Amino acid sequence: MATLLEQVEPSTELRSAIVGRNPWALAGRRLRRNRIALAALGLFLLIVVLCLLAPVYAHDVAHVGNPMAPNLNGTTVIGGKVVPVMQQGGGTLHLGETPIGPTGDLHHYFLGADLLGRDVAALLLYGGRSSLQISISSALICCAVATVVALIAGFFGGLVDAVLSRIMDIIWAFPLYLLAISVSTELLTHASGIQVGPVHITAASLWLPTAIIAFVYLPYVYRPIRGQVLSVVRKEFVEAAIAQGAGNLRLIFSEILPNVLSTVIVFLPLMIATNIILESSLSFLSIGVQPPNVSWGTIISDGEDLLYSRPWVSMSAGIMIVLTVLALNVLGDGVRDALDPRAKIRVEG
Amino acid sequence: MKPVRPVHTVLARHKARRPYRWSAVAALAALALALASCGGSSPSSSSTPRTSSHAGGVFTILANSNFGVADPAQNYTLEEWQLLINTHDGLVGFGHQGGTADTKIVPDLATSIPLPTNGGKTYVFNIRHGIKFSNGQVLKPSDFVRTFERQFTVPGPTSFYSTIVGASKCSTKGCDLSQGVVADDSAYTLTINLTAPDAELMDQLSLPFAFAVPASTPLKLTGNNVPPGTGPYMWKSYNPNTQAVLVRNPYFHVWSAAAQPAGNPNEIIEKYGAQVSDEVTAVENGQANEVFDGDQIPSDQLGQLNSPKYASQVHVNTLTADWYFALNTRRPPFNNVKARQAINYAANRAAYVKIAGGPSLAVPSCQILPPNYPSYVPYCPFTAGSSTTTWSAPDLAKARALVQASGTAGMKVVVNGTTDQVGKALAEQMAADLNAIGYKATTLLLAAGIQYPWSQNSVNSGKWNVAWSAWYQDYPAQSDFLNVLLGCKTIHPNSDASPNIAAYCNPSTQAQINQAESEEATNPSAAAALWTQIDHEDTLAAPWVNMYNPRQIDFLSSNVHGYSWGPQWYIMIDQLWLSK
Repeated sequence: MATLLEQVEPSTELRSAIVGRNPWALAGRRLRRNRIALAALGLFLLIVVLCLLAPVYAHDVAHVGNPMAPNLNGTTVIGGKVVPVMQQGGGTLHLGETPIGPTGDLHHYFLGADLLGRDVAALLLYGGRSSLQISISSALICCAVATVVALIAGFFGGLVDAVLSRIMDIIWAFPLYLLAISVSTELLTHASGIQVGPVHITAASLWLPTAIIAFVYLPYVYRPIRGQVLSVVRKEFVEAAIAQGAGNLRLIFSEILPNVLSTVIVFLPLMIATNIILESSLSFLSIGVQPPNVSWGTIISDGEDLLYSRPWVSMSAGIMIVLTVLALNVLGDGVRDALDPRAKIRVEG
Repeated sequence: MKPVRPVHTVLARHKARRPYRWSAVAALAALALALASCGGSSPSSSSTPRTSSHAGGVFTILANSNFGVADPAQNYTLEEWQLLINTHDGLVGFGHQGGTADTKIVPDLATSIPLPTNGGKTYVFNIRHGIKFSNGQVLKPSDFVRTFERQFTVPGPTSFYSTIVGASKCSTKGCDLSQGVVADDSAYTLTINLTAPDAELMDQLSLPFAFAVPASTPLKLTGNNVPPGTGPYMWKSYNPNTQAVLVRNPYFHVWSAAAQPAGNPNEIIEKYGAQVSDEVTAVENGQANEVFDGDQIPSDQLGQLNSPKYASQVHVNTLTADWYFALNTRRPPFNNVKARQAINYAANRAAYVKIAGGPSLAVPSCQILPPNYPSYVPYCPFTAGSSTTTWSAPDLAKARALVQASGTAGMKVVVNGTTDQVGKALAEQMAADLNAIGYKATTLLLAAGIQYPWSQNSVNSGKWNVAWSAWYQDYPAQSDFLNVLLGCKTIHPNSDASPNIAAYCNPSTQAQINQAESEEATNPSAAAALWTQIDHEDTLAAPWVNMYNPRQIDFLSSNVHGYSWGPQWYIMIDQLWLSK
């Protein structure tokens, strides 16, 4: 007769099935079942791939030499005729110079030209690269830094927690956009760039808006993660690890971090979406991405004076932002539902 | 020699004039050239004979923003000046008929323009009798004493009159000009004593700063209350958030039609706060009469204005103004004249003109003095081809050779511009031009309100190599460009108001400037020739990349008639009349 222990011991088949259902696998399974989230992921990946193909489009399809360089005296072909990219106003006064509109021809200004005579379609793809690079990088940096600071604050508590939390509170006390605009305006006037230890960032570098966005969002990520750390640090398994003589580093990175990681992962797509909007806003105000680089925000700004006659300049970039942010938000919700169906995490800007 | 203006003055002047970038401050246009430049628009100075039947109606101007504090002792904007010339008068004034008359100084409250005595340091004006302010008070010579004292007690651009005896001791705390401005109310004379001859005194007396206000006007800033004046209109109200309203001055009578004719509309209203695109739509629909000429009409709507439907409502005029990039002569690479000349050869002025709205709205230029100045002789050494007078295309081969010869190839260059659409596009085009000849150019864009003082301050000179700027004349004098913008004495270290942005100083040229200024009163033709020489020398030394001279658009409703325009005050609002 089997012992009680033997009676509850699962069979080998059952044991392997149970082993396969670790939290990550369960989350992956839940995510795969969420078709809307998968569609959003597909849309996001499609946008990423298109943007990565920007040089291919510019050089091999549209045959644009340097898509970011002004081309005010350039020409293109429409219906077999060579026409100037910038077209002088008509009538008797000839006021103004209007860039050509969308041609529908992938090889010749598919979405028309902007005020500098540049191919909007090529700019859109290059702008997407900048916007995505900045938003993804800043989300990763922000989440990484916020997580480390939250782990330290939550684990050590006391004075360390008080100091770190007050620093975050100070950053949080400033209106987010006002802070981002102020920091950008100040840093951009350092034409020779900024030296932070061994790291040198030039004013025209994409890393400058990346760093600014990561900085201003720090407390927004830090707060909820710190809360998670504070709750995890009192769990029995942490006390058990302490009883076993685990050191601080092991406690932080082996016991606590894995248990707050799902929160961080849920944050990532939502942060990327939020960062795209902040980056676009700063670039629209000309204090984000600097020429010769472009981003979706700069393209909207460049099209501002063309809203009546060439609305596609601004609209195309606006649509790309909407689609990307929508995809990331839906995906973020899906990831959150998958990792922790009971969580109510939202990023608020 | 003309004294150096205090630092804050030049800043105020440029800042005030700066908003009128596309359309702004007047040119010293000869009428024929102004007409020629209209590009098919209606004549710029088509003065319709005005009869009493033209009087009446309310003329409504739409302006995107207000002009700030209204006190004429402080305000330094064309927006208010275009109204003040209808409500106030000075001893002398620029002609009020539009066209070239607008650049000629005529007696106004004085009976004549006096010749200087005492070695050019004393002027005695005879004041007209029987003129009243809009509050009914009789104008007396002693009113001018208060007018000039207020130039110093009210914070503002005081330096125009700093040569008056006693002015150097004046401040916002108090001012005693009893030795410099001497009024004799019984003889009806006003004597102005200067510390040194000033060839531009009459120009300066024609500016609204010198318009007469009653002696009872406080020495302190009157804020948005405009003191009474003597013109055909008076200020009924001014609310910066809504509108300014001018109504007829019941005490006005015409004493000089050349200086101050009677106006046509019964009321002139300037409304604030609308988007420029909405202003254009309102004028198209006849809901207002004028888009303020300092407002920049979006390039989108310029296409609408090309319609034959609006041909008679659109007026285009050439301004005496420069849009340019100053080259930082303090540091490499542009402390080297060959490098400066190289970028002048490489500058694609056709592209800059397109950014400005095309050849109908800008004329490419290489030289410092704008067209239509008396000393202007076309000069462009930085062009492809053999011409030395007209720019045709960049000469990249010559530019690259000069870069190599200067030993500056491959250097990093920072182009400082503004964040607005046009400013950004100009900076990007300049960066492209620099990259094309072997530099590594990046842009540094700042908000327009920050960029101008920032680029002037020597504290920031290590942060940029090329800085955008624009300059519009205050009054028709060559020194307003050649001395103010490129004179050695207008470099003010560590100041936000150092209008010689390039920090270019050539002592021998400065000596010529001094000589030209001193000869203006005694030998005008020799002075004019000298100014021409200075202009060409400065152009060849290439402290700037001059891009173009802008043109200005006036857009009026279909029921407005009697359009006249002058290079000093632009559109003559009070001379317009409305059909029923």
